[in-house]
Amino acid sequence: MIDTAVQVVLLLVMPPLLLGVITKTKAAIAGRVGAPLLQPYHDIIKLLRKGSVLSRTTTWVFLAGPAVTCAAVLLAGLLVPMGGQPAPIRFAGDLILFAYLLALGRFFTTIAALDTGSSFEGMGAAREVTFACLAEPALFFGLLALARLTEGLSLSAFFGPGVASAWVDAAPSMVLVLAGLFIVLLAENSRIPFDDPNTHLELTMIHEVMVLDHGGPALGTVLYGAAVKLFVLSSLVARLAVPMETGQPLLRWPVFIASVLMVAVVIGLVESTMARLRLLHVPNLLVGACLLTGFGFILLLGSPR
Amino acid sequence: MINVSRFLTMGNADPVEHSDIPVLPFDQFRSDVVGAIADGLRLGALTARAESDHSVRIYAVLLDDLTGLIHAASATTPHGSFPSLTPDCPQAHLFEREITEQLGVEPRGHPWLKPVRFHAAYSGRPQPWAGPDGAPPLIGVTDYFRVEGDEVHEVAVGPVHAGIIEPGHFRFQCHGEEVFHLEISLGYQHRGIERRLLGGPDRRTIHYFETLAGDTTVGHTMAYCHAVEALIGLHAPARAQALRGIALELERLANHVGDLGALAGDVGFLPTAAYCGRLRGDFLNMTAAMCGSRFGRDLVRPGGVVFDLEPEQVGALTSRLADAERDTASAVNLLWNTPSVMARLEDTGRLERGTAESIGLVGPAARACGISRDVRHDFPSGIYQFSHLPVSTWGTGDVFARAYVRWLEIQQSIRFIREQLQVLPGGPCIAEVGPLPPGRFVVSLIEGWRGEICHIATTGPDGAFAHYKVIDPSFHNWFGLALALRGQQISDFPLCNKSFNLSYSGHDL
Repeated sequence: MIDTAVQVVLLLVMPPLLLGVITKTKAAIAGRVGAPLLQPYHDIIKLLRKGSVLSRTTTWVFLAGPAVTCAAVLLAGLLVPMGGQPAPIRFAGDLILFAYLLALGRFFTTIAALDTGSSFEGMGAAREVTFACLAEPALFFGLLALARLTEGLSLSAFFGPGVASAWVDAAPSMVLVLAGLFIVLLAENSRIPFDDPNTHLELTMIHEVMVLDHGGPALGTVLYGAAVKLFVLSSLVARLAVPMETGQPLLRWPVFIASVLMVAVVIGLVESTMARLRLLHVPNLLVGACLLTGFGFILLLGSPR
Repeated sequence: MINVSRFLTMGNADPVEHSDIPVLPFDQFRSDVVGAIADGLRLGALTARAESDHSVRIYAVLLDDLTGLIHAASATTPHGSFPSLTPDCPQAHLFEREITEQLGVEPRGHPWLKPVRFHAAYSGRPQPWAGPDGAPPLIGVTDYFRVEGDEVHEVAVGPVHAGIIEPGHFRFQCHGEEVFHLEISLGYQHRGIERRLLGGPDRRTIHYFETLAGDTTVGHTMAYCHAVEALIGLHAPARAQALRGIALELERLANHVGDLGALAGDVGFLPTAAYCGRLRGDFLNMTAAMCGSRFGRDLVRPGGVVFDLEPEQVGALTSRLADAERDTASAVNLLWNTPSVMARLEDTGRLERGTAESIGLVGPAARACGISRDVRHDFPSGIYQFSHLPVSTWGTGDVFARAYVRWLEIQQSIRFIREQLQVLPGGPCIAEVGPLPPGRFVVSLIEGWRGEICHIATTGPDGAFAHYKVIDPSFHNWFGLALALRGQQISDFPLCNKSFNLSYSGHDL
């Protein structure tokens, strides 16, 4: 019960901190001081207190976009086991619900973008769904491999205590799955090399261009929802990378928080050391992610489990 | 053999009597200009002024990069129209639109006759695109090229942009992510500088040049000062010429380094973007150490330069230059050594050499297409007559080439400044300037950091400017950017745009 409460609190409160950590890491690499760690919180609070201007060409869909997206990723966050504990909501096959909650959020972001009738936002929506189509199989192959390794059918089993023994039994598969899921994490959250969250160049954006017309509370919700999505996927990757079982209930959550922040630092390092891909080459990397997780799964097929 | 027998030949900043410029019959003028350009000369300027209420005189200034000679001829045409040169000479395209806009005469057969800057005609005559009341349309309100068909869509960008840049309007005809055609419409920055120069020089004149294109202050003031000094027959002191050269190269360094950083920023490559941002400031501060202004304002004046360098300043500049050179090398070489960056730069926004030659591209953009074209080398004036700079070229014509040519030029400019600081001539740094003589005509060329800056000054019977034409390199190169985008990904436009980094205010005047 306490663990459930901790998870819900972390899910609600911690996501913007990851953005702060990424920004701080990038600043440190570039030799700058950078924005304060808590700046994303201030930004979101500021946006929530603002008014907003709505285009006359938009309908209710425009505002439903951020709301549904944010709700969907929060619900997805409740399906994910954090700190090695079973998730607050879990059932056999919940991985399907998890994947399609993310898809539902994306669907509403894209139709809200199309609702504005802007050519920019239409381009962004087209890019988003194209790349999502390619990221989805990578995610599923990764989950399939974990399903075979842990012999479970829910996320709580995949990312539960079985992860540590999976590393012992099938380290090569785990490496491939971890790498593939990390690429999916970068793609799903519009990070470099897929997208540049800091660019002001509307023609090159993917996620940012879809929310150009949102302002005030709607934009605040978008930013918060995006941070939650980053947090949820990072917690999966963090669990795979650091499957530590301390046995100490008090240490469990600090280890979890530290490992998630570590993922944020790694994202910051990736963004500091490489350029964005040409949009034309993005599918190649996503197909590469599919191959990684796919091979991770294939390697397991022969193993006598 | 290039036939320029009917032209008046001169050098860079080498004045001639205005009355010596031949006035050819228009058909002869047209065929001579078209023929000479087909044979390899380049259209430096095509400009016109109203001679009387009834006729317009059109001047063509042809540049020969190989001999360093400038050929000028003119023709008069009665008000109304003249046969367009553009169908046979694409370089004349924008110049003819400009003439039409300024004087209300129509080039017959011009394939794309549209406003350039959306102002009313100087002559008061109606422009071909004027509404029923004779007023010009609002800026940007004009017909654009459209591609029709299923799945073809149009993307309009600007004039208000998401970043802090100048205003311009870009229309893309796209098929999915692929750009079929880009049309660029400017004019938002038009201030009417050329018209304000008439009757000068006066106390305001130099300031117009300092702010004509804010990042090319030294380039434009030098072009103007060379023109004025040539008209008077004055030679700026050797020390002034060396100091001007240093300032011009510092301006080039600051902008090239800034551009490389901005290119890195556009592809999301943080290290070079961050360091070049600081290094650009270092070079700007060196200019500030010379004259107190980071952008070189109040430095270059007719007759010389206003601020001298003390010996200890020379030492300080030399050591700061060495520091900046080391840091720039390490920041910029990161670009060429990072595969993810090279994958973005190479093969993006490629412009063929033939295309670049036919549209008369100038500056680093032309040199990136393998064209050896540099005013400092081809038409040397001032310090460049005595101290030579090699022309830095690269053959691939893509974004990488435009970036790499900048890096080559950065290294050459640093070497040039270091040499100048070592052998700085003594003596005064400014000479007394007298009044301008009447009835003279001069062409002044300077290789600004963006490319060839061309100023053409004509004095009237009273010695005041009767005509002053400014051609910023951007005027030649904007069309090159539009062509470079054909068949490219629309998401690569910001990168291509940055690799040209053209001036809106220099174009709009």
